[in-house]
Amino acid sequence: MKPSPFSLHLPESLSEALDLLASRDNARVIAGGQSLMPMLNLRLAFPDDVIDLNGIAELAGLREDGDDIVIGAMTRQRDIEFSPLVAERLPLLKEAILNVGHRQTRNRGTLGGSVCHLDPSAEQPTVAIAMDARLSLRSVRGERMVSMREFAVDLMTSCLEPDEILAAVRFTPWPARAGHAFIEYGRRHGDFAIVSAAALVLLDAKGAVERCSLTLGGVASVPFRVEAAERLLHGNVPTEAVVRAACAQAARCEAVGDPTYPAWYRQRLAQRLLERALFKALERAAVLSQEHSS
Amino acid sequence: MKKLEVGELARISLCVNGAQHAVSVEPRTTLGDCLRNDLGLTGTHLGCEHGVCGACTVHVNGATARSCLMLAAQAQRYEIHTVESLAGNGELNDLQQAFRELHGLQCGFCTPGILMTLTELLRDMPEATEEDVRLALSGHICRCTGYQNIVAAAMRTLESRRAVHERA
Repeated sequence: MKPSPFSLHLPESLSEALDLLASRDNARVIAGGQSLMPMLNLRLAFPDDVIDLNGIAELAGLREDGDDIVIGAMTRQRDIEFSPLVAERLPLLKEAILNVGHRQTRNRGTLGGSVCHLDPSAEQPTVAIAMDARLSLRSVRGERMVSMREFAVDLMTSCLEPDEILAAVRFTPWPARAGHAFIEYGRRHGDFAIVSAAALVLLDAKGAVERCSLTLGGVASVPFRVEAAERLLHGNVPTEAVVRAACAQAARCEAVGDPTYPAWYRQRLAQRLLERALFKALERAAVLSQEHSS
Repeated sequence: MKKLEVGELARISLCVNGAQHAVSVEPRTTLGDCLRNDLGLTGTHLGCEHGVCGACTVHVNGATARSCLMLAAQAQRYEIHTVESLAGNGELNDLQQAFRELHGLQCGFCTPGILMTLTELLRDMPEATEEDVRLALSGHICRCTGYQNIVAAAMRTLESRRAVHERA
């Protein structure tokens, strides 16, 4: 199908885009277009005005800011995939990005576009929840910072006000000796996952879990941390029995069901994927701990 | 800043296959439709029109992209290359020739997009393995071939290019 008619604006600065967005009733901003363009073509979205962010240089790029890494909302998934900085300091994001669509869509798709679209199975919002990312939201009224948990309100619904644009995502990297893993399961490579699991784990000198983050995507309306599992791990040596007991909590999480994938199926998948992700992250943490102590 | 008014035709300039073209488009016209309907470049095929099938894949500044997921007016910023850019003077290039010899196509609907994806892969990864080729093809749907002969054509082209490179 073809999109319904709209006016197209091609601003070259963020302030122009913010002015436009504030002055229109039914406007949508377009980033890489890999989610909004299908919605326009299928007439699932029918804005009166489309504001193109692709000409705004200040919204793209990665930079270090103190201990944090700030990624502009218009940074392409391709640039994240090939960034040495991301590979070194945000390995969870790198691993997750490789599961996002295909080469042909990552070349255009952006971090900010995916985070705002908030598909419950999408990889980038899941990583943002896993890493407690902070988001810079801009409008003509100024800037406000929100956590990813505040941002992800409900199914494909963010806390963005109608006049706000996501400008950047701020990640605080975990220490270099932390283990990470991102695993997802889908019917075909490049499809949205049915369920995805992200694990980050830091071990202390005695081999006990000092800090961990366990996140599930595709299970509920938004990605979420499995806090019950994190509590069971914290302070304990992660033996196989401890890991399995912790990940069993995933099967008790509230899950959404649909005719193809019922809730019980997602819960079972969540438990298994979380186990696999955690075992993989622990394996990597063990290797990294040895490297850092020797 | 530019604005394209709803329902009105706007004059834009697109760089396609190395030449500049002036075309009139609506704001909602996709790059894929513009290439086919306004520039007569019907090599690019539109299948699903929501980014899944891969038939409409073109190069945007040398990198593959779905031409159904970009508006023609957005494409003014970039250099676009379509499947028509592959054959020089009516001669198939080595990848196209391998498709022909190894039956890498039957109905041909998906072929233009697949050729553009493999052109990018073969350029960026001269040492690509069969697994790399299959991963690149995961962004395309072919209902005829079962993919085997497409993979074979890509592998043969990779091998022959490596052989040429070694001799040089």
